[in-house]
Amino acid sequence: MKLSVYRFDPDKDERPYMKDYEVTPEASDRMLLDVLVRAKVQDDSLSFRRSCREGVCGSDAMNINGKNGLACITRVADLPQHVTLRPLPGLPVIRDLIVDMTQFFKQYHSIRPYVINNDPPPERERLQSPQEREELDGLYECILCACCSTSCPSFWWNPDKFVGPAGLLQAYRFIADSRDQVSSERLDNLEDPYRLFRCHTIMNCVDACPKNLNPTRAINKIKELLVKRAV
Amino acid sequence: MRAALELARRELKVAVLSKVFPTRSHTVAAQGGIAAPLANSTEDHWHWHMYDTVKGSDYLGDQDAIEYMCRRAIEVVVELEHMGMPFDRLENGKIYQRPFGGHTQNYGSPKMAMRACAAADRTGHAMLHTLYQQNVRANTQFFVEWMALDLVRDPQDGAVIGVTALEMESGELYLLQAKAVLLATGGAGRIYLFTTNAFINTGDGLGMTARAGLPLQDMEFWQFHPSGVAGAGVLITEGVRGEGGYLVNKNGERFMERYAPSAKDLASRDVVSRAMITEIKEGRGCGPEGDYLLLKLDHLGSEVIQHRLPGIREIAIKFANADPIRDPIPVAPTVHYQMGGIPTNYMGQVVAPEGSSKEAIVPGLFAAGECSCVSVHGANRLGTNSLLDLLVFGKSSGEQMLKDIHAQPKPHRNLPKDAGEATRARLARLDAANSGERVADVLNDLRRAMQAHCGVFRFPDHLADGVRKMNEIAGRAQRIFIHDKSKVFNTARVEALELENLVETAVATAVSAEARKESRGAHSRSDFPERDDKNWMKHTLWIKEGNRLDYKPVHLRPLSVETMEPKVRTY
Repeated sequence: MKLSVYRFDPDKDERPYMKDYEVTPEASDRMLLDVLVRAKVQDDSLSFRRSCREGVCGSDAMNINGKNGLACITRVADLPQHVTLRPLPGLPVIRDLIVDMTQFFKQYHSIRPYVINNDPPPERERLQSPQEREELDGLYECILCACCSTSCPSFWWNPDKFVGPAGLLQAYRFIADSRDQVSSERLDNLEDPYRLFRCHTIMNCVDACPKNLNPTRAINKIKELLVKRAV
Repeated sequence: MRAALELARRELKVAVLSKVFPTRSHTVAAQGGIAAPLANSTEDHWHWHMYDTVKGSDYLGDQDAIEYMCRRAIEVVVELEHMGMPFDRLENGKIYQRPFGGHTQNYGSPKMAMRACAAADRTGHAMLHTLYQQNVRANTQFFVEWMALDLVRDPQDGAVIGVTALEMESGELYLLQAKAVLLATGGAGRIYLFTTNAFINTGDGLGMTARAGLPLQDMEFWQFHPSGVAGAGVLITEGVRGEGGYLVNKNGERFMERYAPSAKDLASRDVVSRAMITEIKEGRGCGPEGDYLLLKLDHLGSEVIQHRLPGIREIAIKFANADPIRDPIPVAPTVHYQMGGIPTNYMGQVVAPEGSSKEAIVPGLFAAGECSCVSVHGANRLGTNSLLDLLVFGKSSGEQMLKDIHAQPKPHRNLPKDAGEATRARLARLDAANSGERVADVLNDLRRAMQAHCGVFRFPDHLADGVRKMNEIAGRAQRIFIHDKSKVFNTARVEALELENLVETAVATAVSAEARKESRGAHSRSDFPERDDKNWMKHTLWIKEGNRLDYKPVHLRPLSVETMEPKVRTY
């Protein structure tokens, strides 16, 4: 199997280049990450993030043959013999496949990602019906890998102003939580030509999400709430 | 992060150093639940939970710490809910709870307690994100992708007054002063070849502690989880069996009925893993090599699987080509959890032998979570007690740190002249070396040797060989080199530094295991198949200097209730 990998080390390279690795996967190498780890044994300077290797930590997001995904749950069997790996598009490259995610997390933090409930806490749990809890399904599972936001042209253009699909999915996760009391402020925080309305329903985010979540649906729900509030 | 939250909420300046972005830590992979006797579905009591935990620990757990944890369980889980944790719910709006291995009603009765509070099968993910979110709210300062390397101690009294750390992006070494340091670096399951653990679980806090001249406790006890996906190692939660799934051998027999007639598939993990290995050894394993068993859950129906176990369905499809709605999942016992670690008391304070005391407090140093050994898990941890351990002892550590910090004079202590020198020397050696052993080779040999010599069943000659091999591998690790000399995000350098921590952990494990001449919990020896309370109801302490062992007594006296006397342990 041939891997062509984007390489750039600002310490020594003037410009980025692609480097090829010939790797023979062993039977136990089910996932692309296994093959990448094998390439790193050949060349220890090849740099990428990885941790859980089961698709829950969100470390090893990268652009795989033109599509964003997690290396650890991309099956070797589903890939062609020649695989091109690039860093997630739209974010500054620190080195090789490692990108600077500061802007991405800044947007996540900007939506105030925590339940706000100003009532004195009861002695036991706050009650929530199974139906209310179900509203959070498809939202809370986000692993902040950035596959969605970095596949979104609107985020590429305005990463400083547009919250992006990941941040908006989480914005809706807290709006939808029956225990949260500040939905209206949350909507105020998004009612802006850039923060929310830069979403043009291109839906690359839905296509890219390795957890099969649907940020576009969440964004539309926020838009609906804003319309409802206006009338 | 639970400890950081406790401090940040009181307006203290808290720095959290993490070698990965905080939501990528391995708590994220915990699946099944967190224990608390809320009694939302079945009658329950903290005292029953305590009984189960003491019994689960095979009577090596400290009963004061276990009482402390079980009594604070409801408080910390309810707090977590108030923070926004998306627990599943019952019709009446309360937190959903499921049964889990070893958790019973009424002091070990055949009736299981529904004690595991769950967010589907993504409880750890939901909890880690919730704790991170609350820390964002409390203005905790995160140092993301900073790897802590060594503790800095005051030569006067041994107090810990800071750490050295590598900022991975710039490659710069920093010295951070602190009035209190808490290690929450998780387990070191990567010392084994087949593990549910993430790449990052390299025992960094254990290495730091050992190099600082402090002991590691009970390192011979490693939990093999019964259901890692065969070949891949990825975890399939015990919650599957909590929801009604069960294991079968190649004859389709539900074999756990023979080994644990009462609890069956929900016996303690050490018991189930031993039963599975016995089935495999006796030729009743499945597959062409007969080296795994099958976890059957199709009878639960697609509704339960999609609603309560969506994450493991995803994993089974991806990693085992099996959709559990139709097909059983091939599983094998897989290293999962380190019961031992940095010795602490139940306020998270690190303790070490000094003078006549076996448990003198090391000022300024705390540990919580899997890297610590409080010891609540003793020789075998019960499922769902690890997430509880994080919250309870994270919180109690934070409370104690607050007291300690307030009791100190305002300015930081002066750093010793040679502060950080040891770290600098390690990095300089690595930068200068242009030949020697490759990191990947040494690591591979270490993991293979641990797998072969310190497994589910342990044999005297294998153990002795294991010690010899580990000492040899430790020698090779002194001669490692890396090609990559770049300053910028040098992952080769990080892996080399991690290897040193893995080596400390593995040597501690091999030496401690070889010395313990009995079978208890996860430590099962062919030559000493019985538990020996008379000689071995004691904690092991491994000390790096001289590669030697010491022992200290188990705390048999709880805080307020009667001692739970050791009994024969059956399920």
